[in-house]
Amino acid sequence: MRLTGEADLGRLRRRLRTLLPNASPFVLTRILTVASELGRNVLVHGGGGRCDILPPAPDLRLFRLRFADEGPGIVDIERALGDGYSTNGGLGLGLGGARRLSETFHIDSAPGRGTRIRVALPC
Amino acid sequence: MARVPILRIGDCLVVTVHADLDDGSAVTLRDDLAGRVAAISARGVLIDVSALDVVDSFVARMLGDVARTVSILDAETVISGLSPAVAMTLVEMGVTIPHTRTALDAQNGLRLLGIVMAPVRESVRCD
Amino acid sequence: MRDLLQRPGSVLDEWLEAQRRAGVARPDLIDESQQREESAQLLSLLGGALADTLPVFPDDPAWDELRTYLDRLAESRAVDGFSPTETARLMLTLKDVVFKALRDKVPQVPADAWADFDELTRLLDTLALYSSEVLQRSREAIIERQQQDMLELSTPVVQLWDGIVGVPLIGTLDSRRARLVMETLLDNLSETKSSVAIIDISGIPTVDALTAQYLTRTAAAVRLMGAECIVSGIRPQIARTIVDLGVTLDGLPTRATLAGALALAFERTGCTVEPSA
Repeated sequence: MRLTGEADLGRLRRRLRTLLPNASPFVLTRILTVASELGRNVLVHGGGGRCDILPPAPDLRLFRLRFADEGPGIVDIERALGDGYSTNGGLGLGLGGARRLSETFHIDSAPGRGTRIRVALPC
Repeated sequence: MARVPILRIGDCLVVTVHADLDDGSAVTLRDDLAGRVAAISARGVLIDVSALDVVDSFVARMLGDVARTVSILDAETVISGLSPAVAMTLVEMGVTIPHTRTALDAQNGLRLLGIVMAPVRESVRCD
Repeated sequence: MRDLLQRPGSVLDEWLEAQRRAGVARPDLIDESQQREESAQLLSLLGGALADTLPVFPDDPAWDELRTYLDRLAESRAVDGFSPTETARLMLTLKDVVFKALRDKVPQVPADAWADFDELTRLLDTLALYSSEVLQRSREAIIERQQQDMLELSTPVVQLWDGIVGVPLIGTLDSRRARLVMETLLDNLSETKSSVAIIDISGIPTVDALTAQYLTRTAAAVRLMGAECIVSGIRPQIARTIVDLGVTLDGLPTRATLAGALALAFERTGCTVEPSA
């Protein structure tokens, strides 16, 4: 699904809710939160991009999402994942927080090469 | 998204946030609240978020901004209705909402602000 | 071999083709751009690690970057649904490309060339097996973590009084269990509308920095729900450990006994206890 504006984040969350009708509130909230954080990053820092729901890992009960943008990329990934890092004066906890909530978190980003993040969350 | 309605109870303001709070509405809410707090010299604001099943770092920041703005206007903010899932997710992320007190639900939230809802008296039958 | 890797353009394409021929590209699990990206990165890191003499894998620090990348790649493959064999074949298919190049380069085959060939084959196989091994371990770790969920360790929440609940913790507290305790407690607070939660840790053998973190996190979540937390059952040696470790409990009130915690809870909820006349 394309993420170009704020309304798309709402759309993404609605889609996730319909895909997980039997999830416990804890699981659902965690997934919605990670999706919101990473989706918002795509909008704010990546200049728009996409979110794809990947096929679930067989027998591992993991819900997988991929976020991608062709934005400027992240200069210092480790610092971005640490607390308090922000380029626009915000809390800057989005990325690190999302990682803490995820079972696995793979980020591939460099200046000029955009950003791709794949996460897996228990479901 | 429609403007979030702000209710007044005595010298406090009550806001019920529903569905997805987006960028625009969050900023509007903050500004609206600041305006109303100043206008009536409110001493407290209750923000009920029990309808939210997600509170990400952006929303948390917005709530914190509201609280900070309101505290500069010498009023306090109580946030009520954070669900177990939302509370746990915020804590796991390490996100806090400063300048606020929290309550389990709106009723407790009002009590924290010093507003106690009196039970409705039963009408007396006259025969 | 380094020379071969210096012209990455054609090597990458030939390798991608070899992966496809071997059936390990799996376009159903990852898309082509991801496959290309990862193979390109591997080639680059491989080229970077090789010098005039072949460093020993994995010990030589020259391999650190590649090794770290392989760690991540293998975990990612586990989550993507690849089998260990498919992952192993990823590196093994590079052989096809290299052998072909070697063959073309050296039509007659002197002894040294075979020696190189040998060493090279062994290196690539080792790299393949390493990534396969990490994949296995990642899968096992993930499955194990998931299975902890199924361990229906009952985490009872006891209603001690109006508005006061108690959680007796027994045994070691790992991250899965800590999460389960938190979920159960928070759900209970929501249902009973209680305002104080007493977490009794007398059944926990030791308190380390991690356990302290679970406790402070639980207390923070409880606070977000408008209630407060008291930790009881702090044995003298636990108190010492906490001080020794320099662990801060962030202003979380603690009591040695459940009775002491209950007394504090009564205070906080505005109850007084009087002996009957």
